[in-house]
Amino acid sequence: MSGGTALVIDGLEVEFGRFRAVDNLSLAIDYGEVRALIGPNGAGKSTVLNVVAGVTPAKAGRIVLDDTDLIGLSEAQIARKGVRRKFQKPSVFEVLTVRENIELGLGVPVAKAPSGRIDEVLAMVNLTELADRPAGTLAHGQKQWLEIGMVLASDPKILMLDEPVAGLTDEERQRTAALIRALRRPDRAIVVVEHDMGFVEEIADKVTVLHEGRTLFEGPMSRVREDARVIEVYLGR
Amino acid sequence: MKTLFADKSFAALIALCAAAVIVIALFGGTSLLTPYMVNAIGQLAAFAILAVSLDLIWGYLGILSLGHGLFFAIGGYVAAMHLLKHSYEVTGIVPDFMQFMGWKEFPLYWAGLSNFPYALLLALGVTAIVAFVFGYVSFRSKVGGVYFAIISQALVYVAMLLMFRNDTGFGGNNGMTGFSLVFGWPVGQAGTLIGMAVVSIVVLIAVLIGCRLLVTSRTGRMMVAARDDEVRLRSLGYGTLWLKLAIWCLSAVIAAIAGILYVPQVGIINPRVLSPELSLEIAVWVAVGGRGYLTGAVIGALAVNALKFWLSAAAPEVWPFILSGLVVLIVLVFPNGLLDLAGLKWKPRLLSSMGGAK
Repeated sequence: MSGGTALVIDGLEVEFGRFRAVDNLSLAIDYGEVRALIGPNGAGKSTVLNVVAGVTPAKAGRIVLDDTDLIGLSEAQIARKGVRRKFQKPSVFEVLTVRENIELGLGVPVAKAPSGRIDEVLAMVNLTELADRPAGTLAHGQKQWLEIGMVLASDPKILMLDEPVAGLTDEERQRTAALIRALRRPDRAIVVVEHDMGFVEEIADKVTVLHEGRTLFEGPMSRVREDARVIEVYLGR
Repeated sequence: MKTLFADKSFAALIALCAAAVIVIALFGGTSLLTPYMVNAIGQLAAFAILAVSLDLIWGYLGILSLGHGLFFAIGGYVAAMHLLKHSYEVTGIVPDFMQFMGWKEFPLYWAGLSNFPYALLLALGVTAIVAFVFGYVSFRSKVGGVYFAIISQALVYVAMLLMFRNDTGFGGNNGMTGFSLVFGWPVGQAGTLIGMAVVSIVVLIAVLIGCRLLVTSRTGRMMVAARDDEVRLRSLGYGTLWLKLAIWCLSAVIAAIAGILYVPQVGIINPRVLSPELSLEIAVWVAVGGRGYLTGAVIGALAVNALKFWLSAAAPEVWPFILSGLVVLIVLVFPNGLLDLAGLKWKPRLLSSMGGAK
């Protein structure tokens, strides 16, 4: 399964009332890659993640994971197919402890998960010492990491991270970049939405630039910076 | 056992209930503890169970029901039917409402109700079915928050209008009263009152322990997670429909049990248990005591009812104002109820789940 296409988005259209957020978008993401979705505000980046996760319905188009069409499935069914998504605003369960949050991230009772998985994830996101603290007492950066821990606990095939370094310090940003690189695997595709171009350059194998719900450019970051259209609508601003 | 009693306030409450059972068994009926007081304690225990049932669904799952009186009433009505049928079979006393309607025979659906296990099964079964149908339709269409609260209130109101009719065979606007026997014992006797109060407290203890085990389990953590961020939980692979439905039905069944215990002790049931006011009051008990803490629900039920008991004798006309004042005070000053005052533990962010309209 490594190296093949993980996720195919084909002719996707999403409308909010009269506003067309995603307009005939087609995109293929491969296993083993870290793909960054970038673009100006309102380009449809988060909307694409929401549709893949089943949170927002699509008006038209297909989203295929391996051989299954995800359109029409519930959020929970999509998640059980191995898709996990980190929200833009850190979404953790504040009254539960850090450990309990990760435990819910497993998606199955602890007994059915690989043994020691929770501790492993806690170590990966550097929260071992805070494991018994209620998540609501964590600092912003720690919440971001906890949510990353929650979404990677189940070892997902598709990992979607919406602005994982928003509001983080430089040091935290560095560690997050290292973590995402470490999560890269031949049987996993990672999609990152991010505004921080330096961060994108560090982690992404390939970049897709969205503009007004369509693909403006697709390729390695080094070429994105030289593309005249991208500079005009996004980077140049 | 360790996690069960890890919470000190919970352990203290269970100990208090157990002590109440012992005291009532030893001193009930004497001048220290008159039958009247025993009976009052027994009724309070039934209200406490009702409060816990609402806390389970509101405090832990964020679903506010303003129609829990419906399930309480289903339990109560079936219990009343059982008592009347049982009394009739032993003593030959024809229930008032049948004389009033000029009926010679019990309606068909009264068949077999003198048999307690059947009556119990019927009460809980009907409650579960009604709760399931209402819950399925609502949760399926993702109706939540204030909308759910309003619809649940409408449901209990419709049930009240139905029960006010005299031709339904459930006693009409006069309700059902004049129970003479409970399991063969005369209803008003001290021994019977003591027995009923003890059973009510024992059931309260059992309900508290059962709910505590539930809310500290993985399911309990899923409930809290669904309350605080349902989309987050769903996109981790959990379908929340069945979770909500199961807890909703469980909550309804516990409310029905409270009704079954309440009616033999108070000696009457009429459509006024289905009035929106009672259902609102249950929510006030839970809000006053502290949502999301089982202990809080019990404290709230006891405190508000004690206040009501005292005021309805001293100054009945001010009670509605006191009740509304309490709600305002709680919402503004103590969002987590009386447990805020005690400062017992770290405060969950409960306000956000209060309305939770989606």
